[in-house]
Amino acid sequence: MAKYALRLTVIAYLFFLVAWPLYLVGKNAFANGLDNITGILEDPDIVHALTLTVQVAVIAVIINTVFGVGISLLLVRYEFPGKRLLSAMLDVPLSVSPIVVGLALVLVYGGRNGWFGPALENAGFQVIFSTPGIVLATVFVALPLVIREVVPVLEEVGDEQEQAARSLGANAVQTFRRITLPSIKWGVIYGVVLSLARSLGEFGAVKVVSGNVLGQTRTATLVVEEKYLNFDKGGAYATAFLLALVAVACIITVSILRPKEDR
Amino acid sequence: MSIEIKNVNKRFGDFVALDNVSVSIPSGQLTALLGPSGGGKSTLLRIIAGLESAESGTVEIEGLNATKLPPQKRNVGFVFQHYAAFKHLSVARNVAFGLEIRKRPKDEIRERVNELLDLVHLRQFADRLPSQLSGGQRQRMALARALAVQPTVLLLDEPFGALDAKVRKELRDWLRRLHDEVHVTTVFVTHDQEEALEVADEIVVINEGRVEQIGSPDELYDQPANDFVMKFLGPVTQLGDRLVRPHDLHLQVGERDAEAVSGRVTRVTRIGFEIRVEVSTGDQVVTVTLNRNEFLSLGIGTGAEVQVRVAPDVPAVVRAAA
Repeated sequence: MAKYALRLTVIAYLFFLVAWPLYLVGKNAFANGLDNITGILEDPDIVHALTLTVQVAVIAVIINTVFGVGISLLLVRYEFPGKRLLSAMLDVPLSVSPIVVGLALVLVYGGRNGWFGPALENAGFQVIFSTPGIVLATVFVALPLVIREVVPVLEEVGDEQEQAARSLGANAVQTFRRITLPSIKWGVIYGVVLSLARSLGEFGAVKVVSGNVLGQTRTATLVVEEKYLNFDKGGAYATAFLLALVAVACIITVSILRPKEDR
Repeated sequence: MSIEIKNVNKRFGDFVALDNVSVSIPSGQLTALLGPSGGGKSTLLRIIAGLESAESGTVEIEGLNATKLPPQKRNVGFVFQHYAAFKHLSVARNVAFGLEIRKRPKDEIRERVNELLDLVHLRQFADRLPSQLSGGQRQRMALARALAVQPTVLLLDEPFGALDAKVRKELRDWLRRLHDEVHVTTVFVTHDQEEALEVADEIVVINEGRVEQIGSPDELYDQPANDFVMKFLGPVTQLGDRLVRPHDLHLQVGERDAEAVSGRVTRVTRIGFEIRVEVSTGDQVVTVTLNRNEFLSLGIGTGAEVQVRVAPDVPAVVRAAA
């Protein structure tokens, strides 16, 4: 009896918090049939925003995957002073508000008054109000997701298989490619999907660093806000629906593909 | 000499794992590193393999100074207590791993893998994953994998430690027979003295980071260098100030002679073919083991007055540490 009550509570909770609101976004996106969707897909500025969002997300995910796996290996396989501090630092992006991240990045990389920005600008490299800044902000907020997925898997797998590979003649690169990577594969994939979803949806930090220039640095999430504030609810819902669709599709695909015994 | 270890020291924090250890391990033999847990024997094995580094001292493998070599350049085969099977690879691919790394031709790899799988009786499981094998089968696979690269030395770290008693005994016999066929210099770590005495040609007793004694099983059992080795290699009892094996003591009834100590039987326990008699000599309790016939011919029971003496020509007698 208690079991069913608990289940019902969880289902109701998820329904009212996640499923129902998401469904309503979809419903509103299709309120006029396909008009809203075709409307935004025919607007070159919005198509640019969607393309920019996907580009930024893909670059950010690649960077976060490479560094994420590297940092995870460092955290699990090596002992060094300050390891706990590093581990705690890695949670900062999750706990600090993205808008703070955005402001912080402007302080460092801002073209006119930033600590590091003017030097970069003189070298012909603009960060803030440009694509690199958007990538930087996105990388920052999604940084811990790969690490938090990979670290527990690495810990569980242990290092005996790696030692066995070394004793059989494999060097560090061969050991990583043939033994470590296949054993943490699902952790990495899940981390990639989570950071992809997070990167597509980043709003606060991007809003501060991008400058929100239509057709240049405006991303999909910024389009949603803009349209919503300008009473173009149909367009806002349609864009929001596309964003949610990609993220949810990624997560569902992976949970179906992921082998059950892997957890 | 195949493996020369000279003045090796290793510390983990404040804990001294190896204290100036020097050992020579002979070629082509099966050598056991025997000692209690935490005594440093696994650390020594891992230093030979290059999986740990010594703080000082040198390791030489077949005349080659390996002290600074990374594990993949030492050409050693290593077998882990918990198998360290590559979980995502089939049994055949596990065995082939070292050969694939060495970029051997495919035909050669296939042939060699089949040969090894026959040797460890796993040919019919070639395409299974390690998770579909029993513990004993996994360990045989790990052994085949280590042998595939034709290592100069084969190192086994408590290879049977994770297996149940019956499988352990079988694998032990099998390892001995395998070694008689393959003849690769083999070093294995164990804390089980029976395993070492049964399988090894040569035993190195290690305790608290130091080598206590090196010798053949007979030498160690019959001429232990000190009371630690004596106690570690088999059952021990104390008669007066002497340490003796319980089966080297004789019981007699009737007339007291000069070398015997008299006492009273306090307890009789039968363990299969062996009878264990505890005799109280007043200030100490001496354990004597007899076989069934010896016991019956004495005709004694609990409470009987008996004489205890050390059997003549007993080699293993050590003065008890004060």
